[in-house]
Amino acid sequence: MTTNSTVRAVVAGHGTFAVGIISAVDQITGLGDQFVAVSNSGLAPAAIEEQVRNALASSGATVVFTDLPAGSCTMAVRRMTKLGAGITLVTGVTLPTLLAFALGADPAEAVARGKESLLLIESPRVP
Amino acid sequence: MSLEIFRIDDRLIHGQVVVGWGQPCGLGFLVLVDDAVVGSEWEQELYRMGVPPEMDVFFDSVDSAATRMAEYRADGRPGLLLTGDIATMAALAARLPELRTVTIGGIHHQEGRVPRLRYVFLTLAEEQQLQALAATGVTVLAQDVPSGAAIPLEDVLSGDGTR
Repeated sequence: MTTNSTVRAVVAGHGTFAVGIISAVDQITGLGDQFVAVSNSGLAPAAIEEQVRNALASSGATVVFTDLPAGSCTMAVRRMTKLGAGITLVTGVTLPTLLAFALGADPAEAVARGKESLLLIESPRVP
Repeated sequence: MSLEIFRIDDRLIHGQVVVGWGQPCGLGFLVLVDDAVVGSEWEQELYRMGVPPEMDVFFDSVDSAATRMAEYRADGRPGLLLTGDIATMAALAARLPELRTVTIGGIHHQEGRVPRLRYVFLTLAEEQQLQALAATGVTVLAQDVPSGAAIPLEDVLSGDGTR
């Protein structure tokens, strides 16, 4: 099978989440072509799994980023990883995580960068 | 509160259930009624991993769910019961005369299904199953998330997938 060697990962999630976050990566780095988007919209679980499998097969990627730990895309990929498909799953992906990956970090480093970037900033209330 | 939501959803435990319903309704437990899942330890583990630690998940067949229903009803926490298809919910309803309302949360596209709502696709046989369930006195509604409209069965069946 011919694969797209530019693509390093699949991003899968609800609605237009994947397209949106890839668009943001592309706007910031110009590296959006490292990702293929998959949406779960309107799809039954078997169809979601098929979409992810097809995206992985056509791209040659082995990394999948999903939006929500309990989401149907995550469940589909977890099912695949249980079956030993040699896939690395990162769930709860954020823009800093995906940016780090696009800029060369491996999945574990990208997760660490994403965690570091999650901050709570509260300004003092004016009485 | 106790077990009050009976949902048909082919995705079973997923984002809409755990977050969309789980957080605003304060769900304390889920009951997943599915013969394939109840017979598979690793399927159960898969679904448990998607649920926050404060939420219990119970796995049942139709028979065991019917047997344990009094226990679920007596649970003081809000709960939600899930089946992956109409036939399983209908079989459960036949065992539980007190089951008055069933919600279609998601039946997604598959070969042979016609779009009725954005999140409900049905074959003719599935439409007949829903009508048969309603004929027993069960109110059948479609509602994917708590903030969405609860759509009566007759409106679901006349839909074209755009709503």
